[in-house]
Amino acid sequence: MKIYADNAATTPMSRTAIDAMTRCMEEQYGNPSSLYSLGQEAKEILERAREDVAGVIGAEPREIVFTSGGSEADNQALRSGAALGKRAGKMHIISTAFEHHAVLHTLKALEKEGFEGTLLPVHEDGLVRPEELEAAIRDDTCLVTIMFANNEIGTIQPIRELGAICRRRGVLFHTDAVQAMGHLPIDVNADNVDMLSASAHKFHGPKGVGFLYARKGVRLTNLIEGGAQERSKRAGTENVPAIVGMAAALKEAAANREKNAEHMRVLRDRLIAGLGEIPHAALNGDAVRRLPGNVNFCFEGIEGESLLLLLDDRGICASSGSACTSGSLDPSHVLLAIGRKHDVAHGSLRLTIAEDATEEEIDYMIRNVKEVVEYLRGFSPVWRDLMSGKSQFIL
Amino acid sequence: MALYSEKVMDHFRNPRTVGVIEDADGVGEVGNARCGDIMKMYLKIDDDVVSDVKFETFGCGSAIASSSMATELIKGRPVSEAMQLTNKAVAEALDGLPDYKMHCSVLAEEAIRSALEDYYAKNPEKRPKE
Repeated sequence: MKIYADNAATTPMSRTAIDAMTRCMEEQYGNPSSLYSLGQEAKEILERAREDVAGVIGAEPREIVFTSGGSEADNQALRSGAALGKRAGKMHIISTAFEHHAVLHTLKALEKEGFEGTLLPVHEDGLVRPEELEAAIRDDTCLVTIMFANNEIGTIQPIRELGAICRRRGVLFHTDAVQAMGHLPIDVNADNVDMLSASAHKFHGPKGVGFLYARKGVRLTNLIEGGAQERSKRAGTENVPAIVGMAAALKEAAANREKNAEHMRVLRDRLIAGLGEIPHAALNGDAVRRLPGNVNFCFEGIEGESLLLLLDDRGICASSGSACTSGSLDPSHVLLAIGRKHDVAHGSLRLTIAEDATEEEIDYMIRNVKEVVEYLRGFSPVWRDLMSGKSQFIL
Repeated sequence: MALYSEKVMDHFRNPRTVGVIEDADGVGEVGNARCGDIMKMYLKIDDDVVSDVKFETFGCGSAIASSSMATELIKGRPVSEAMQLTNKAVAEALDGLPDYKMHCSVLAEEAIRSALEDYYAKNPEKRPKE
């Protein structure tokens, strides 16, 4: 059996998106900035894509800037919020300890430029506490950036509440919605969001394209200078086929969202229950307030990379927050942020299931993860020490 | 391109000498769980020859493969030769390791050396004169 269970890393493109892109590449290859009809035709489908994307999140088309993906959108959002703050003499930015590196590393770069960052804790359940945001906001806070849903453990933040606090305190609010877009209901007005980042390949669109929503009146800082594309906020000839593919994928995801989510939640909970039978294992992140397709466990006494390699041999594509899978010495900053000790964070497994997952696939994964964990524990000196009482179980 | 060589994957999937020797003459353990790698080696030594060797490893694919290869390289060899095992020899025998995984071969060398040191500590008369 072949199971792709790494949909948080990327998703296969939907047939609708492939068809839309193909048509665009074959027939609408004009440059949207050209005045002849072939160019204007490309301009037309570009603007229709903008309307479609805006429509899904309750935004105005002019509030959407197409980017090369989620990372660029995050970079631009933070740079913009920082630049606006600096002009007003406000140099304090609030974020969380488990953001994507596109946010954390941009924040680090801004700190070198004189900004001050505060990272809110995300607690054992992987959730930000609104009252802690309230307490962290200062007179010189210019921007709050908190992800909609976490990419590793899938926990869904109380965005509407957090946004309301920011609005009341007059602070710009950005959310990295890369994992949430197409999977959760999002309305930029009801959710009190000023800026939002998204990436197409997380909802069955193409790679290398995404968008930044910026509320009317929020002045964006350019990362790329050049032509007047995207209302002069992002230079470079638009990647029209990718943008069209993204819009088609997002419309489709939004139309089927509720039905898909309901199906996935049932299977997710079946997978969580099955893996929970493994002794000395623990689910990472809140069990309920999590993305419909996300399952993330720590297994004591084993290391994640060997687990992934053996699952790959059995046809299962998964990922881990182990240091060995990232090429660094530290395990995932997300798992450390929710308080997992290094020892168990190395033994993490993330399975992110697809909309068309089946019960049979879930049971196959449960069976095989159980077998592989048991096999690896069988010759793990860490497990031996735990079992003999020489060291204490953490989980 | 695959992450690891065929040799690495072979030793990872079918580790040769995995297990424990209850009455080992030398036991060595290196690494720590915090960093994600621990290797434990057990040696049986008869007439100054490594007559049997087993390992247990907590770690990534290359850590398990390095343990397996290192133990295979010293099995049946005189203790004096086993003492000379280098991480480079382990990595080469595995047809190479990715740069950031070379520390796994270092750990394997250290685990063997640590087990041999344990053997010498228990049998000081066997230690070669400087």
